Amino acid sequence: MTTTVHTPDHAHGDDHHDHHPHGLTRWLAATNHKDIGTLYMWFAFIMFLTGGVMALCIRAELFSPGLQFVRPELFNQFTTLHGLIMVFGAIMPAFTGLANWMIPLMIGAPDMAFARMNNWSFWLLPPAALLLMISFAVPGGAAAAGWTLYAPLSTQMGMGMDLTIFAIHIMGISSIMGAINIITTILNMRAPGMTMMKMPMFVWTSLITAYLLIAVMPVLAGAVTMVLTDRHFGTSFFNAAGGGDPVLYQHIFWFFGHPEVYIMALPAFGVVSQVIPTFARKTLFGYHSMVYATSSIAILSFMVWAHHMYSVGMPVTAQLFFMYATTLIAVPTGVKVFNWIATMWKGSMTFETPMLFAIGFVCLFTMGGFSGVVLSIAAVDIQLHDTYYVVAHFHYVLVAGALFSLFAAVYYWLPKWTGFMYSETRGKIHFWWSMIAFNVTFFPMHFLGLAGMPRRIPDYAVQFTEFNALASVGAFAFGIAQIYFLFAVLLPTIRGGAGPAPAKPWEGGNTLEWEVPSPAPFHTWEQPPSRELVDKLAAQQQLH
Amino acid sequence: MKKRASWSFAALALGTSLSALADYKLNLQTPVTKLGEEVYDLHTFLLVICSVIFVVVFGAMFYSIFKHRKAAGHKAANFHESTTVEIVWTIIPALILVAMAWPATKVIIAQKDTRGADMTIKVTGYQWKWGYDYLDEGISFHSRLATPQEQYENYEGQKPVRNAAYMLEVDNPVVVPVGKRVRLLLTANDVIHSWWVPAFAVKQDAIPGYIRDTWFKAEKEGVYRGQCVELCGKDHGFMPIVVNVVSQEKYDAWVGEQKKLMAASQDDPNKVWTLPEMVARGQKVYDSNCAVCHQANGKGQGAFPALDGSKMVVGPKADQVHLLLKGKGAMPAWEKTLSDTEIAAAITFTRNSWGNKTGELIQPAEIKAARSM
Repeated sequence: MTTTVHTPDHAHGDDHHDHHPHGLTRWLAATNHKDIGTLYMWFAFIMFLTGGVMALCIRAELFSPGLQFVRPELFNQFTTLHGLIMVFGAIMPAFTGLANWMIPLMIGAPDMAFARMNNWSFWLLPPAALLLMISFAVPGGAAAAGWTLYAPLSTQMGMGMDLTIFAIHIMGISSIMGAINIITTILNMRAPGMTMMKMPMFVWTSLITAYLLIAVMPVLAGAVTMVLTDRHFGTSFFNAAGGGDPVLYQHIFWFFGHPEVYIMALPAFGVVSQVIPTFARKTLFGYHSMVYATSSIAILSFMVWAHHMYSVGMPVTAQLFFMYATTLIAVPTGVKVFNWIATMWKGSMTFETPMLFAIGFVCLFTMGGFSGVVLSIAAVDIQLHDTYYVVAHFHYVLVAGALFSLFAAVYYWLPKWTGFMYSETRGKIHFWWSMIAFNVTFFPMHFLGLAGMPRRIPDYAVQFTEFNALASVGAFAFGIAQIYFLFAVLLPTIRGGAGPAPAKPWEGGNTLEWEVPSPAPFHTWEQPPSRELVDKLAAQQQLH
Repeated sequence: MKKRASWSFAALALGTSLSALADYKLNLQTPVTKLGEEVYDLHTFLLVICSVIFVVVFGAMFYSIFKHRKAAGHKAANFHESTTVEIVWTIIPALILVAMAWPATKVIIAQKDTRGADMTIKVTGYQWKWGYDYLDEGISFHSRLATPQEQYENYEGQKPVRNAAYMLEVDNPVVVPVGKRVRLLLTANDVIHSWWVPAFAVKQDAIPGYIRDTWFKAEKEGVYRGQCVELCGKDHGFMPIVVNVVSQEKYDAWVGEQKKLMAASQDDPNKVWTLPEMVARGQKVYDSNCAVCHQANGKGQGAFPALDGSKMVVGPKADQVHLLLKGKGAMPAWEKTLSDTEIAAAITFTRNSWGNKTGELIQPAEIKAARSM
């Protein structure tokens, strides 16, 4: 196990060194960052499809006025679990999986810092997901209080709520351990010569995200634990009759909830900051300002939580403070968008699938940013809060933001993971199909919200019929596109795809992961990359 | 008119050729309060600014995408940072935000200023209806969805005919005089609800155990509709709000009528009822308060237990009285919302309906006694 693989020339002689366990033990007892990354990604994809099916049940019900397919109780369970599963089951694990796979490769480390804890972080997730799924079968059904689990509605629910609370505890522990691992790995295990300011942007955004996770996951755990004790142990944190305050829950929840938005967005920024320079064949514009902008967003994200609560009736000074703080976030976010465009400017661009998804991300995330600016203005938010406008807004930033960047990442690194190229034609079909279906689904929701359709309702006034029907058609098309991705892109690529991938399939790639063979051997960077190599790549990226 | 122009602008600016869909609503509802107009104009202003930024940002990006591509033979330039540019695109957005926040601040201060009200209405959110108390007039009533159930569920076969107010109609609308500043005091009985009438640009959560206030002054007579906008459980989507804004004369007439109605419907708490009378009265109470969960046939549904054959209902009546008064889990406490007569009637009804044949009659006096225990 001493052969190093820091040059592609050595690559193909290395396979016999991969003395990893086989069969089920390989995965159950996995301590290898690549195996764990793979587990995270598959778990996330399965949860993505599960949450997607729930979304389609919601959209089927909303296709036309009247109650057709699901009862209102079940409808509320679907909206709740769709949100929880997509946030905690799909997007967050997917980014943790990416971080596991890519950070050691990108910083020249042999593995994550705490390999066994890494195993545990992952294997906590399937039981948590199981708790959520089982909750549909218990008396009273799954939690139906919305993914925000507002008290006192959440204190009223059946035992499905308890299962959800435990699932959140478990997923929270998993996230915190994952974050500790990411921080320790990045701070201690970088190759010699790779200073903080020479790290790839994806590593930077993962680092900042990990700090956010450690700061806010305990807050969420606290909030749901208080709900649990209110439910069963006679406390009255959120019950006015016992001296508590229902609005306290919202303050605590959103103190977690707003940074959570950036937990899902910052790694996406990182991915896009890797992909765009590669395909523009030009280094990232304003690397330093990108690092500062990301940090500013992270810090500001702790000061804006109550913009989710403009209608609870806060004093005018609080209303104004949170509005000003929220609008401030537009500044560093704008800087990021301008930097990406400046990176493309006068580049030599090609439009392979990762680049298409990255540009799709920039376009749609910017749209979500515009609706975010409108919502940030408290006076206007009074009209839009808890309407479909908000649903449109956060799907623009989370589906088109987080999900599209994840697709960009998957296409970008799939050759490195599998050793095979995906079919470019099919990738492009997947992109355009997703892009069009996404907009058909979510763009009309802006109009629904403006015209006055509340969110989380199973039936609606007839004036909303046309746009709802359109959104439902779009949603099913979007769902089918992801099935297409699984069967026409992902699985075929694993089985050989469009032929073997070179170590560096992208002309413009100049980070360390392209210096190991494709597929990346089981063990990489057992000896750190040489100082010359690190310096050479930093120079290519114009990082000094 | 400015309003019309702005929504067609909205459609245009957002890059969609939706002008063919002119019948559908694309923008905020036409406001009928001064504050609503300010919110409307503020939204239009934000949309215009966003549209301009959209054109600049997307223009630059797509220019680059079409010009600076390898396929067009473009060679990559070698610049990668510029402090000047970074400062410029930090300061300009910051200035734009100040321009947005300044007018918004004025509107927010006006929204929050609830002083100087001409009249006050207390609004209470219940699962799942609204209660209104006119504090100056002493009028109280509940307001429930009036859309018949057969229009929205179990309508197999032919499609039901639905009018424009489907899901937005109630049995007892709020009535207010035009041009009067109305202060609303909001609270809730069980979970958080939220009272929203888009045409007034008023949205305020109703929080159990706390009172929040807001206000509106409708400038135009008419019927204005809204909905509960905070998820409050099973029938969250089925508790609309209707406000009739009428002239002062009509309002005065309505107040007189309501007072007479309330006096007439007052039950004599000392009346001794017969079983058939009580069951008939109980049927009404049951249909408007209990059937939503336990169903009209008493069979329950999902988490909501059946009352037909229930041990609680055919067992000792003291337990059932206690349960109705105090609530348990998802079962609300009815002691504050129903009178002694209504609770006695509902219990008598459930103990003598469907398969339940206890023959027991509960008198209002028994409930009164149980309350004081």
